[in-house]
Amino acid sequence: MGHTFDGRIRQVESQPVTAKTNKNVMPGDTRARRSLYLQYLVEPFYYLSPAIILIGAVMMVPLIIGISYSFQSIELLNPFKNGWVGFENYGKLWGDRKFWIALENTFFWTFWSITFQFFLGLGLAMLLNTNFYGKKLFQALVFLPWAVPTFLSALTWAWLFNPVIGPLPHWLAALGILSEPYNILGDPDLAMWGPITANIWFGVPFFAITLLAALQSIPSELYEAAEIDGATPWQTFTKITLPFLAPMIAITVMLRTIWIANFADLIFVMTGGGPANSTQILSTYIFTTAFRKLDFGYASTIAVALLVILLIYAVILLWLRKKLVKI
Amino acid sequence: MSVAARRHPALTIGKYAALAFYLAFALFPLYWLLKIAITPDALIYSEGTRLFPSAVSFDNFRTVVFQTDFLAYFGNSLTVSLATAAITTLIAAAAGYAFSRFDFMGKRIIIALMLITQMFPLLMIIAPIYRIVGQLGLLNSLTSLIIVYTAFNIPFATFLMQSFFDGIPKDLEEAAMMDGCSRFQALRKVVFPLTLPGLGATLGFVFTAAWSELLFALMLISKNDAMTFPVGLLTFVSKFSVDWGQMMAAGVLALIPSCLFFIFIQRYLVQGLTSGAVKG
Repeated sequence: MGHTFDGRIRQVESQPVTAKTNKNVMPGDTRARRSLYLQYLVEPFYYLSPAIILIGAVMMVPLIIGISYSFQSIELLNPFKNGWVGFENYGKLWGDRKFWIALENTFFWTFWSITFQFFLGLGLAMLLNTNFYGKKLFQALVFLPWAVPTFLSALTWAWLFNPVIGPLPHWLAALGILSEPYNILGDPDLAMWGPITANIWFGVPFFAITLLAALQSIPSELYEAAEIDGATPWQTFTKITLPFLAPMIAITVMLRTIWIANFADLIFVMTGGGPANSTQILSTYIFTTAFRKLDFGYASTIAVALLVILLIYAVILLWLRKKLVKI
Repeated sequence: MSVAARRHPALTIGKYAALAFYLAFALFPLYWLLKIAITPDALIYSEGTRLFPSAVSFDNFRTVVFQTDFLAYFGNSLTVSLATAAITTLIAAAAGYAFSRFDFMGKRIIIALMLITQMFPLLMIIAPIYRIVGQLGLLNSLTSLIIVYTAFNIPFATFLMQSFFDGIPKDLEEAAMMDGCSRFQALRKVVFPLTLPGLGATLGFVFTAAWSELLFALMLISKNDAMTFPVGLLTFVSKFSVDWGQMMAAGVLALIPSCLFFIFIQRYLVQGLTSGAVKG
C-alpha cells in the first residue's frame, strides 16, 4: 500500500519537471515538436561519440582487417609473396602439428587455471565474509597480487622457479615431488604448471572480490532462520549460499574462461611457449607468429580459429543456461 | 559462519590457518622480489635461496636508477599511463553518463558492441594495428600507445562509470534543471562532485591496466628511448639474464606506482569492480 502511494507522489512530482524542461516527449507529440524530438534522439550521441569513434577506429576496423588478413599472405620479411590466397592459410593450419598441440595446451591451461582460481577465490571470499581482527588490512594484502603488473608477476614467478635464486625447486625436491632441485620451466612435462601457478596467484583476488560482493548481497535473515531451524554449516552452505551465488558464479566463470584463454602475457614472459612447445597456447602462438616471424597472414588465421572456438564455447554455455533455467 | 566458528574451537583454528595460508601465498613472491633486490651481489649465489639475507644493501637500486635507462623507461610508462588514464576516464565518463541517463535508439547495439570488444582475442588486431600505426608513421611513438590503450580501456571504464552514475539519484539533476540549469550545467555542478570517487576509481583501474600492458608495447616500440617499463625490463632480462639483483630492484620500482594506485582504489574494489565486472 505504502509503496504504491509513494510511487504516485513521485509521478506527480516528476511531471512538472518533464513539462518544463521539454526533454521527455510523449509518443504522438513528435509532429509538433519535431526539433525537440530530434534533439532527444541525438543528445546521447554528443556524450557517446568520442567513445564510439575510438572503439570503431582502433578495435572494430582492425578486427575486420584482421579477419581479411587470414585470407592473405602477409609476411613482412618476404614482401614478394604478399597477396590474396583464399583458404590456403586455413589448409596450412589444419596440417600444422604445432596448432593442435597449442589447442590442447590451451584447454589444459584454461581448465586448471580457472579451477584453482575459482576454488581458492571462493574460499577467500567466504573467509572475508566472516569477522576477524585486522580484516581490513588482511583484505588489502591478499588482494595485492591483482595490482601487480602481469609482466612482473611472470618474472617474479620465473625467478622463484629458478634453482639459483628461487626457493621453490628446493622445496619441491624436499617434498619428493622433484628428484633434484631443477627448474620445472625447462621440463616439457611440468613446464605448464609454472605459468598456471603464476596465473592462480594473480587471479584468485579477482574471484574473491566478485564472489565476496555476491555473498554480501545474501540477506542475513536466511542464515538466522537456518540457524534457528538447526541447520549444520554444510547444509547452510549448500542450501543457501551456493544457490544464491550460482548466477554470479556462472557469469564470472564464463567471462574468466574467455579472458584466460586469451591471456598470453604470463606464458610469453615465463617460457616463451617452450620448451619444445610444451607451454605454447593459441594466444602465445598468435603473438610469436606475428612478433617474431612477422607472418601476419598466418597469425591472423590462428586468431580467427581461436575466435571461432571461443564463440562455440559461448554459444554452448548460453544454450546450457537456457536449458537449466527452464527446469 | 561466525556463530558456528564460535561453537567449535577446531573451526576457529582452521579458519586462522586458512587466513595464514592466503596471506603467505599472496605476499611470499613479493617478499622474495624485495629480498633478492636488497641482497648484496656477492651473496646472491651463496645464499640465494635462504629465507633472510645476512646483509642488506641498496646498491642494486642505486645502479638501476643511475647507471641504466630504467629511469627513462619509468618516465615513458608514467607518461603513457597517466595520459591514457586521464583521456579514458573523460571519454568513459561521458559515455557512461549517456548509458545511465538516456534511453535511446541503438543503445542495445552499442552496449553489445562494447561487450564484444571485451570478448574477442585482442591479439587478433595486433597485426592490423601494427600496419596502420606504421603507415601513419607512429611506430616507436608514445602517442600510438596512448591511443591504442585508451580505446582498449574505454568499454570497461564506461561500464564502471555507468554503475557509479546509476548510484546517483536522477532527482538531483532534475531539481537543478528545474531551477534553470542546462543539462550540462547540472552535470558539472551537481553530478560531477558526487562522482569524484567513481572518477578516481576509474582512473586507478585504467592506470594500472596501461602500466602493465606488455604485448602491444613490444610490437609497437622497438627503439630504446621510447620503451615503456615492461618492454625495457624484458629487454634487460633477455640481455643481462644473470644480473638478478638489478632486475629485481627494477621490478620493485615497477611495483611502486601500481601499489600506490591500488591502496587508493582498494576501498572501491568490492562495489566498483563487481558492478562493472558483472556487466562487462
